[in-house]
Amino acid sequence: MEQHLALDADIDRWRGYLQRHQAISSADIDELEDHLREQVTDLQATGLDDTEAFLVAIKRLGNLDAVSREFAREHSDRLWKQLSLVPQESRESGGTPARELTVVLALAVAAGLAVRAGITWLDDAALARNLALLVVPFVAAYFAWKRRLGIRTVAALVLPAVVLAVLLNVYPFDSDSSTEPLAAMHAVVALWLLVGIAYVGGRWRSDGRRMDFARFTGELAIYFTLLAIGGGVLTGLTVAVLQLVGIDPEQALGSWVLPFAVPGALVVAAWLVEAKQNVVENIAPVLTRVFTPLTIIMLLTLLGALATAGGLGEVDRELLILMDAILVLVVGLLLYSISARDPLAPPGLFDTLQLVLLLAALAVDAVLLTAMLTRIAEFGASPNKLAALGLNLLLLVHLAWAARLSVGFLRGRSAFAPLERWQTRYLPVYGIWAAVVVVVFPPAFAFA
Amino acid sequence: MHIDKDLVAASATPIVLGILAEGDLYGYAILKRVSELSGGGLQWTDGMLYPLLHRLERLGHVSSSWGTSEAGRRRKHYAITPSGRATLAERQEQWTVVADALRQVWQSGQRPPLTAEGWA
Repeated sequence: MEQHLALDADIDRWRGYLQRHQAISSADIDELEDHLREQVTDLQATGLDDTEAFLVAIKRLGNLDAVSREFAREHSDRLWKQLSLVPQESRESGGTPARELTVVLALAVAAGLAVRAGITWLDDAALARNLALLVVPFVAAYFAWKRRLGIRTVAALVLPAVVLAVLLNVYPFDSDSSTEPLAAMHAVVALWLLVGIAYVGGRWRSDGRRMDFARFTGELAIYFTLLAIGGGVLTGLTVAVLQLVGIDPEQALGSWVLPFAVPGALVVAAWLVEAKQNVVENIAPVLTRVFTPLTIIMLLTLLGALATAGGLGEVDRELLILMDAILVLVVGLLLYSISARDPLAPPGLFDTLQLVLLLAALAVDAVLLTAMLTRIAEFGASPNKLAALGLNLLLLVHLAWAARLSVGFLRGRSAFAPLERWQTRYLPVYGIWAAVVVVVFPPAFAFA
Repeated sequence: MHIDKDLVAASATPIVLGILAEGDLYGYAILKRVSELSGGGLQWTDGMLYPLLHRLERLGHVSSSWGTSEAGRRRKHYAITPSGRATLAERQEQWTVVADALRQVWQSGQRPPLTAEGWA
């Protein structure tokens, strides 16, 4: 009896090994297991014991990699994880996926209508200020529906959003105000973190769920870009044809197509990421591996350029803003690659590369900070400079501590988990800073 | 006796279809029948049978259904389809031509030397 248990364990291990071959489906594994057990039984009848029979049966089945290759040749489609948005099994029972599609499309249209209404009734400045408020809530609404958020969580989401909306529109900004675009930009960040709370289903204290949200954001960016490229090609072709037959679609495009297409694409992209997380999961590690070395090269080039450009005090304000954007991008890449990494894998070459990326980003950040402080000392503080300075300090702390943890991990002194946890624990700090810029900056600078 | 890989591959489809034409079977039983028919001379790599069966199923030559074995395990049974029978008939003709030609060659010509002494 005990021996049979050992046989079962052997077969289980063998199944586990087969499951790692994507070309072999679980039904195929059942079929092969039936074969294996039948063979084992026949071999036992000839006098072999369990282990001997198992070994012979395995040997007769052939080299699993070769067999798997043969399966792959027959079922090459299985190597591509298939995106079945409306899975067949659940279509019969319940019919929820179809309802989900309806909800998503309704939200996408609603987002388009909101933007369209904004274009009709708001002036340009107000529209720019409120654009995120017109679109992002619909993404949050999708997750609120999907995660079946309780009334308290919904209230906890709606309240800050309403406060943001009211403040953005009640503050008497000057006509040439610099706090106005700052507030608008930072409101997007704050709103996005509210989406995060909806995404994690209100469990915002969980590190794992926060990491999921970081992953979601990266994948959303990829899906949205793909949709935008596809939509761009389609629109371009349509416009070209329409122009040839003598219709000028520019008016319709600007005032009707784009206001519906862009917000709609964002909602649909959110749903796509949600519908099939693992399709992109395959590509996320690849993307981060491609872009981490490229970003290192970019940062080093920038460092070189800044070093040869001479006096840092004269560095252009726009350059500083651009560099800030680059650093934000680096942090995004860092988060995304950490979220895509298997936390149990031992440190490897890529982790070293990531540390190099962190150090390069830190160097750029240090240069930037020096330049900013020089400018502030020379020309005095302004809302723009302070907002940039604040962001830089946040980034500096984020990157420096991440670099420290990453050194510890590479030296084998600590696990990967603390590095991961640091990223997710730090995320709310950005939200708080964004809220400060929206809420405190305008009155503090007299809406200038 | 070791039979050349290409020959095994070329004969696999007609043999499987021929066996299924005798009656519905599952994978392991097909292999046992192959071994019986060839007196143990035709040894396949067992695992390779399944991709072949799946290909025949995709081509519509066989159909499959899940049942249970005596021991209560899930078991996939295969049955030949009309299209499979047509293919089998076609293959039979081809192999008959080949076998005929070979037999005539073996008979009319000199038999090839079984040992090649002094050649190595």
